[in-house]
Order: sequence, then structure tokens, then C-alpha cells
Amino acid sequence: MAENPQTPIAHPRPLSPHLTIYRWPLTMMTSITHRITGMALTVGALILAWWLVAISNGLDGGYQTFMALAASPLGMLVLFGCTCALAYHFFSGIRHLAWDLGYGFDKKVSERNSVLIFTLSFFSAVVLFAIVWTGHGGYLQ
Amino acid sequence: MKSLQTPLHRVKGLGSSHSGTGHFWRERVSAAALIPLSLWFAYAAIGLAGTTTSAPLQFFAQPVNAFLMASFVIISLYHAAMGVQVVIDDYVHSAGTKIALFLLVRLFVIATGSACLIALLRISVF
Repeated sequence: MAENPQTPIAHPRPLSPHLTIYRWPLTMMTSITHRITGMALTVGALILAWWLVAISNGLDGGYQTFMALAASPLGMLVLFGCTCALAYHFFSGIRHLAWDLGYGFDKKVSERNSVLIFTLSFFSAVVLFAIVWTGHGGYLQ
Repeated sequence: MKSLQTPLHRVKGLGSSHSGTGHFWRERVSAAALIPLSLWFAYAAIGLAGTTTSAPLQFFAQPVNAFLMASFVIISLYHAAMGVQVVIDDYVHSAGTKIALFLLVRLFVIATGSACLIALLRISVF
């Protein structure tokens, strides 16, 4: 009788080098970070839904609770993470669109842009938080 | 050499994925739409940070803001579902698990999106 074709063969087949073999180049880090931030933002959509539902519940429907949690150390840490992720995915996404149009594939350029994207996204997140911390947020009052 | 594809297969132009470039293209179009929408979202979120209840209620009661927020919610969750699908495609190799995860992702974005949209309707209509 024929054996189950899915049973692994006794001698190991040669494999191409995988993630753990390489020294991580910048472009690899930006690629993986784009994925991780995308996944994180998908989960973060729950916070957005929570915020909107709390607002829609009206004057005593949990908006104060949401705002108190958001202002707690853990809440601020989570929101700062979400801000970093959104800023990163934003800038890195623009680069992906440029790549799709055929720009920025040069090795030197893509290395420089990787540094630029990391710096710019962290800097933007810090600036956005600084606006709120220095009392310049809430201008739609 | 003559192509081994049948004339029907060739005219459909879909390749081995059976879905052509549709998924790739929709992901890019939604990404482009999210550039201005994300900037508006940042403007709105910071503008409402630390406010009392009436400020966001009044803000989203304005049709323009409710419309922009609904667009941001729908397009970002649409984009998210496609992005997560690519990750699942890359790392999950069993067909059954893959289909189950696709359905879970769809359930998640539809539930989250509905919650956001119903909330916006409650604010702006009632």
C-alpha cells in the first residue's frame, strides 16, 4: 500500500536561509514594522468604536469613564502606541504607494527613507502628544 | 511555444490566484483614500482630546464630521480586512484554518464597523 504522501521523508531537505540567518537590514525592519503596526491598528479600531459608542450614549453614558481611562498612565501608553503605529503606517504606506508607482527602489534611497520614516513617525507621535499635554488639544470645544 | 491555457482562462486573465489583481488594487485605492482621512482624523481626535461630553456630541452632530468619520471607519476597516488577509495568506498554510480566520476577520470588521456607524447615527440623527 502507498504510504500517506504527507508523511515527512526521513532525510531532511535543504532549506533556503530563513529569517534567523540574516543580519536585519533596515528595509526588512520597515517591512515587518508595517505589518505589525497594521495588525495593531486593526485591534486598535476597538478603541475607536468604544470612544464613539461612549459619546453616543450621551451625557452620563460612559464618556467620563472612557476619558478617565484614557488619561490614566496605562491608557496614555496604549494611546501613544496607537499614535506611533498610525503615524508609522501612514508614512510607510505613502512609501509603499510610491514603490507601486516605481519610485524609491534604489538601495541608498530606500535605506535613507527607512531611517526617515522611523524618525518622522516617532517625531509626529511625540508632537501630537505634546499638543495635548501642553493644553493645546480640545480646540473643538 | 503555444500557451497551455484554455482560451477562456486566458480571456479571464485572472492567473493562478483566480482573483486577478483585484485585491491588490482595492488595497491601494483604499490606502490612497486614507491619506487625507487620517489627517482629518488626527485633527478631530486632538481637537476633542480632554473635552467634556457635549463637545464631541456637537462635533459629530454636524453632517460633514459624521460623514468624514463614517468614511474613515468604513475605509480603514475595509483596508484592515484586506491587509490582515494578506498576513493570513502568508503565514497560515492549512486551508481550513485559513478560511476560519478569514471569516473571523470579516466578523470582527463588520461588528466593529457597525458599532461605530450605529453610534454615529445615534449622535447625528437622534
